[in-house]
Amino acid sequence: MARIGVFVCHCGSNISATVDCEKVAEVASQFPGVAYSISYKYMCSDPGQTLVKEAIKEHKLDGVVVAACSPRMHEPTFRRATAEAGLNPYLCEMANLREHCSWVHDKTEATTNKAIDIIRTLVEKVKRNTPLFPIRVPVTKTALVIGGGVAGIQAALDIANAGNKVIMIEKDPSIGGHMSQLSETFPTLDCSQCILTPRMVEVAQNPNITLYTYAELESLDGFIGNFKAKIRLKAKSLDEKLCTGCGLCCTKCPVKKIPSEFEEKLGFRTAIYVPFPQAVPNKPVIDKNNCTYYIKGKCRVCEKVCPTGAIRFDQQDEIIEVEVGAIVVATGFQILDTDFFPEYGYGKYKDVITGMQFERLASASGPTQGEIKRPSDGQVPKKIVFIKCAGSRDPAKGIEYCSKICCMYTAKHTMLYKHKVHDGDAYVFYMDIRTAGKNYEEFSRRAIAEDGAHYIRGRVSKVYEKNGKLIVSGVDTLLNAMPVEIEADMVVLATAGVAGKGAEELAQKLHISYDQYKFFSEAHPKLKPVETNTAGIFLAGACHAPKDIPESVAMASGTAGKVACLFSNDELTREPIIAEVHRTSPPLFSTCVGCFMCQPVCPYQAIEREQIKDRSGNVIKEVAFVNPGLCQGCGTCVALCRSKSIEIHGYTNNQMLAEVVALLNV
Amino acid sequence: MADFEPKIVAFVCNWCTYAGADLTGTSRIKYAPNVRIIRFPCTGRIDFMLVMKSFANGADGIIVSGCHPNDCHYTSGNFHARRRWMAFNELAGFVGIDVNRIRFSWVSAAEGAKWAEVVNTFTEEVRNLGPYNNYIDLAKVEHKDAII
Repeated sequence: MARIGVFVCHCGSNISATVDCEKVAEVASQFPGVAYSISYKYMCSDPGQTLVKEAIKEHKLDGVVVAACSPRMHEPTFRRATAEAGLNPYLCEMANLREHCSWVHDKTEATTNKAIDIIRTLVEKVKRNTPLFPIRVPVTKTALVIGGGVAGIQAALDIANAGNKVIMIEKDPSIGGHMSQLSETFPTLDCSQCILTPRMVEVAQNPNITLYTYAELESLDGFIGNFKAKIRLKAKSLDEKLCTGCGLCCTKCPVKKIPSEFEEKLGFRTAIYVPFPQAVPNKPVIDKNNCTYYIKGKCRVCEKVCPTGAIRFDQQDEIIEVEVGAIVVATGFQILDTDFFPEYGYGKYKDVITGMQFERLASASGPTQGEIKRPSDGQVPKKIVFIKCAGSRDPAKGIEYCSKICCMYTAKHTMLYKHKVHDGDAYVFYMDIRTAGKNYEEFSRRAIAEDGAHYIRGRVSKVYEKNGKLIVSGVDTLLNAMPVEIEADMVVLATAGVAGKGAEELAQKLHISYDQYKFFSEAHPKLKPVETNTAGIFLAGACHAPKDIPESVAMASGTAGKVACLFSNDELTREPIIAEVHRTSPPLFSTCVGCFMCQPVCPYQAIEREQIKDRSGNVIKEVAFVNPGLCQGCGTCVALCRSKSIEIHGYTNNQMLAEVVALLNV
Repeated sequence: MADFEPKIVAFVCNWCTYAGADLTGTSRIKYAPNVRIIRFPCTGRIDFMLVMKSFANGADGIIVSGCHPNDCHYTSGNFHARRRWMAFNELAGFVGIDVNRIRFSWVSAAEGAKWAEVVNTFTEEVRNLGPYNNYIDLAKVEHKDAII
């Protein structure tokens, strides 16, 4: 016979104002299996908890029902108290008398009866509870960082500096990401590469970090602390051990007119190339799609000139498998495809460029050595128009969010322009100026007050060419929607930041969720901003949402802190509320018939196939097995199982049925 | 019939509707005391056999409620519940269970007021339908006349 204790809390008057707690405790003492029942003013107080603990010992209770507030509030409190009294904490359940009863009903007999009913169901449930123990899983103290932009670099360095191993993969030939393309950074106007490249070098030199560039995630298996990742190392056509990075191959390569990705197509590169001079690693790769040898089978000039014989035309992609305990996704963003704006004439007019192209024009290492020259004829533009929110905050075009960084970088662009072209005029069309952030508002004010940028509040409807000028036709909403036309020499679009190419595909490989814009979703918008819904996978930087550099770095450090916490333990403990497949002694072994209908419904790929073998190794039966490291305890497999062979601890079929029966058969 | 108080069982998920009902309490929004909540980890865990068992044990109405589509704590449990409900609904109607006595709803953790509304409207509907004895009566029928 069970010996259950029922502890009814008055919660001051929160419960007792509408529920007759004395009566409830008295009725509860008559329930079959209830050995002890009492009511008390504040059960969660120290004396209240002591009351529970002492009753457990004194009355040799084997189950506890605390009838008080929501389990979301105080379940941990009372489970801890139960454990302190020497009883397994999972033998304690809470009956929610406050949120679900006393606060939502008037003082009537029906309310007290409801309280009694709630307790009766929980008593029946707790009778069927079994002791549970937190699950322990080992931790591999290596992190995989996907993406080598500023967020990935920061996360990798922080994790490595905490004494853990890091494997970083980057899809491009060099790490650095978008930040390496920028000229100066707001709000200080310090040179982007000057602050980034030392950190890139640090990544390459840190003994705890293994860097794979030109590499992509192929697939991922496993669970928190125990992931197995397959990584595709794309063939660079180069023996990296032999290459010294002298660059002779690049200068001799006959294919010289390939639009450079790094220069945002404003400059050119060769077929064997290093994306930019400060690249890490500073070793070339061959672009197979443009290399004459790969296209026509002839050339091999690079091979002939290479002083160390490092070129390998026959190199194949290699797939390596690594074991990691945590994953940081820092794949960043990309700017919106500019086919999006036929009305702004991007692609049609050479002098309509994106903000990122402007960065390259303004960069000392860019195609114009930092001089602002128009792409069409190399003239210095005397009148330049910046169009903000090109794509952002435009529900009609499907992007409702604010890209967040454009207000600041447009202010920066106007300053860079005015600092270089003193007699030039900079116009900015804007919807709102959103410059929240430390020293941000002051910065954008400076662009207007000190550098004389002309800000016009309104949208641009059209950009067209007339007599060699770009006519920007817009409206000034602060002047009663007066139409404005500006004859510009160059137009810069502050294009929306959108999710990176292949974000959806990567999310599916990682089993993490993403939003309607394909940005990866955090586990909780406020309290778990860097975690994903998949335990052990974290986010950093603009793959989560558009972010500026300080925010990306802060998020990356936050993520690194989470990873370091995870790695500070040799083992992880997890709540044991997970599913388990029925197992019994031979000859039955398990009631599972091996239909594996549970496999496709499991959101966590936690269901595996297990073979039951006899002594000579012959397979007798194949049954399902729930991987306790992966199972999160949703129970979808339980409801689906046709032979009722899966149970979820804490919510077993017996428990749930007992609750239903106890509730209705008064 | 005037003093008929329907017995309503609510099967809810832990993360959305249970928390939503908590919010109803925290916001002190009153609703009909006829409902009894049973907590599940996820609507995906809810075996519809329990719905049948509830009717067999004398429930007059049943609410199944969880996270809105795409908001499931476990990514997709509510989609499985929805699909199961679609199939169950057809079957239940076919075998003679009054499907008006089963309410499927989405109530998020932020929708305390909605939970009160769901309970109140459904309680009134079931009150108008009267006690549900069909299922129990059917179970009591002796099977000697049944065509086998």
